[in-house]
Amino acid sequence: MTSSPSIKHGSRTGRQGLDGQLLFEAVVAGILLGCFYAAVSVGLSISFGLLDVPHVAHPAFLVLGAYATYLLTTFGIDPLLAGLLLMPVFFVFGLGVYQFYYSTFEGRGSDQGLRGIAFFFGIAFIVQVGLILAFGVDQRLVDATYIGTSVEFGEMRVPQRMLVAFGVALALTGTLALYLSRTFTGRAIKAVAQDEGALRLMGANPVRIKRWAFGIATATCAIAGALLIIVGPVEPGLDRLYIGRTFCVVVLAGLGSMSGTLVAGLILGIAESVVLTTAGTAWAPAVAFGILLLVLGVRPAGLFGR
Amino acid sequence: MSVALLQVRELSKNFGGFTALDKVNVEVARGERFGLIGPNGSGKTTLINCVSGVLENDHGSIQFDGKEISGLPAYQRTRRGIARSFQIPRPFASMSVLENLLVPLEYVSHGKVEQAHDILRQIGLADKAETRSNQLSQVELRKLELARAMAARPKLLISDEAMAGLSSNEVGEVLEILFKLNATGITIIMIEHIMQAVMKFSQRIICLDAGRIICEGTPQTIVANPEVQKAYLGA
Amino acid sequence: MTRFLVGAIAVLALAASMPFVFQNEYFFFAGYVVLQLIVMATAWNILGGYAGYVNFGSGAFFAVGAYTAVALYKAFALPLGLQILAGAAASGLLGFGVGLLTLRLRGIFFSIATIAVAIILETVVVNWAYVGGAKGLPTLRPTDTPFFASHTVWLFFVMAVLAVIAVGAARYVETSWIGRGLRAIRDNEVAAECSGVPTLKLKLGAATLSGALMGAAGAPYAQYLSFIEPTSAFSLTHAVNALAMPIIGGMGHWIGPVIGAVLLGSVQQIVTVTISSEINVLVVGVMLVVFVVAAPEGIIGLFRKFFPARKR
Repeated sequence: MTSSPSIKHGSRTGRQGLDGQLLFEAVVAGILLGCFYAAVSVGLSISFGLLDVPHVAHPAFLVLGAYATYLLTTFGIDPLLAGLLLMPVFFVFGLGVYQFYYSTFEGRGSDQGLRGIAFFFGIAFIVQVGLILAFGVDQRLVDATYIGTSVEFGEMRVPQRMLVAFGVALALTGTLALYLSRTFTGRAIKAVAQDEGALRLMGANPVRIKRWAFGIATATCAIAGALLIIVGPVEPGLDRLYIGRTFCVVVLAGLGSMSGTLVAGLILGIAESVVLTTAGTAWAPAVAFGILLLVLGVRPAGLFGR
Repeated sequence: MSVALLQVRELSKNFGGFTALDKVNVEVARGERFGLIGPNGSGKTTLINCVSGVLENDHGSIQFDGKEISGLPAYQRTRRGIARSFQIPRPFASMSVLENLLVPLEYVSHGKVEQAHDILRQIGLADKAETRSNQLSQVELRKLELARAMAARPKLLISDEAMAGLSSNEVGEVLEILFKLNATGITIIMIEHIMQAVMKFSQRIICLDAGRIICEGTPQTIVANPEVQKAYLGA
Repeated sequence: MTRFLVGAIAVLALAASMPFVFQNEYFFFAGYVVLQLIVMATAWNILGGYAGYVNFGSGAFFAVGAYTAVALYKAFALPLGLQILAGAAASGLLGFGVGLLTLRLRGIFFSIATIAVAIILETVVVNWAYVGGAKGLPTLRPTDTPFFASHTVWLFFVMAVLAVIAVGAARYVETSWIGRGLRAIRDNEVAAECSGVPTLKLKLGAATLSGALMGAAGAPYAQYLSFIEPTSAFSLTHAVNALAMPIIGGMGHWIGPVIGAVLLGSVQQIVTVTISSEINVLVVGVMLVVFVVAAPEGIIGLFRKFFPARKR
């Protein structure tokens, strides 16, 4: 049930232990996988990393994006294009979710943290069950020219869809990093994460900025969701596997760092890929949680956090 | 030589690349009324957080009552006799005012409910004993902070801007309470921006700026010090 | 305390007399489920409602109890009582372990860790042939039933005892100084710590107790179903129910999870049979969100608002 596509070796005659070529391929696969993980986590980097929203429903939104992409492909639209088209829809959806969350939970109270977490858990659950009711529990996948074909690099064959995911992931994280550092709104978003009071004094409305940011974070779930279903089949319960991965990447990066998200994604991707090759698929989900706990225990600020 | 109640030596604390406290040395004598001043961001609350155990200091040592306490969790420091109020009040919002005091009463001083009522009377919150603490005004919340610290029957009471926002009458009331507490032998560290109160109350004052002590001495010494004036009025 | 004991004995006497009232075995099947929900909801609330730490993976603690019982029965033919103790010990240890790793961190990381534990343990069990792996294991019901005519009724009674124990434990925690400490932690952990509350110790204690009760609830599961397999043992439904019922019933008082479990449990039995199990579970999810948003103090809170006569 894992969505971890692997690189096919030219001729495989059973596992020969950790020899160089196998390790090299695992690392390459890990790099491609890692960029994909960065792409699916970058939205959480904003919503949890910068805005401090306990968004445990983020992976559920990813899966929602994947299924929405699937729906559009049944009309003949290319999955990547579908993801792009869905972004504005998800953006507006994100605005609404944040507005609701803020007015309900970001107040003074004794159990707001508990209620906020329970709320998003409930949302994630409703999304999952809703998808089961709408699409059933079977896996869904999409078709495109770049799915199912591979590219040869010397002795290695790399699935083309992974290269596509790699490219889109780089573009996504790069664009967001630039947006947050070069544009006025982007910098305001970073500022509101650090010092809401100062921003208020400058006349800006922190709630509007946070809402905008959450909208952007949700919009990334559209394109990242498209990548999700491009990279492998999806089924409604997939979000449980990605909650560990996304939070791992965000915490390892350091809350709110976009470039950190890319590095953290790479680390997770390579680690998971190596474990996959040596220990098998059963333990791959444990890698993300293991790294998450390690970071929280040793260096909670992450790689690039304050 | 009498051993100081609190001895802070070479205390340093960093946040990422930012040095909040830089090799701070402080000594507070038993029964002293000690003032801690400094502009915003100078590290006063960080120092208090390190002493009370909310933060872990990076370097240096903290000795309380002759024993090293850096490394101890905050609740053990409270049990040894350090109590503090919070600059931004942190009430137990689902509990009544009285219940708020019962927490330290049960966990630290092992006292009786009457003591809680006594403290509420002293601080002027007796009529609000059954009110849920999330319904108090800002001023009442600050008083509750102080009351809760008092309920722990500490040897050292740290009051972190307990008087912010109070009227001059109320400042006088709180000052009187602190004087009375000190008269019973409790050492008090007062962090305040209300200069009048600090000057009136403290026997000794230190001034922090950018994580360092820039002046130490009696209220008169402090007021006359040009560094202190610069720190407050800006360069 | 005496009032509670009298009430507990009355409840157990009532449970024991049920077979004389109901002849239909279905009542005891359904009753068992509702009682199990009471235990799970009460257990969840000790860490969730009282201390503020949200467990997303109650299914794992339940399943560990179930599989511990199965493994020990297979190996040593242990009687049910010892199975329950073993299940409680195993899940209690699990709660302690997860707590040790994550309760020093922010609440959300504890919650995520509980999902991790659920996924990892399910994988372990699926790969463990001794207890049947993915296919599962049929478990034979013991032929001799103490005290009662049918085994189902016996299990029903056992679960009633567990429910009384769970509620008793929750009530004790809630009304003692421990409860006030946990509430302080939930309201403001830093202030609690500075008020002398040993926050980590209390949280670990709550996590261990909560886990142990869930493990106890899971231990008789294999006998109840005559079968054990990972998908139903680790089912997300256990997690959602354990979380939703206290929130809907009311988290501040031990009666809240009971109300939530009885109400929701009964509704679920009806909906599953009449409509579908997916709709059933969707209803729970929607009610959870509705209550979290609009009625955070649960049914107890609503009751107090509309009938403010009694003061706790």
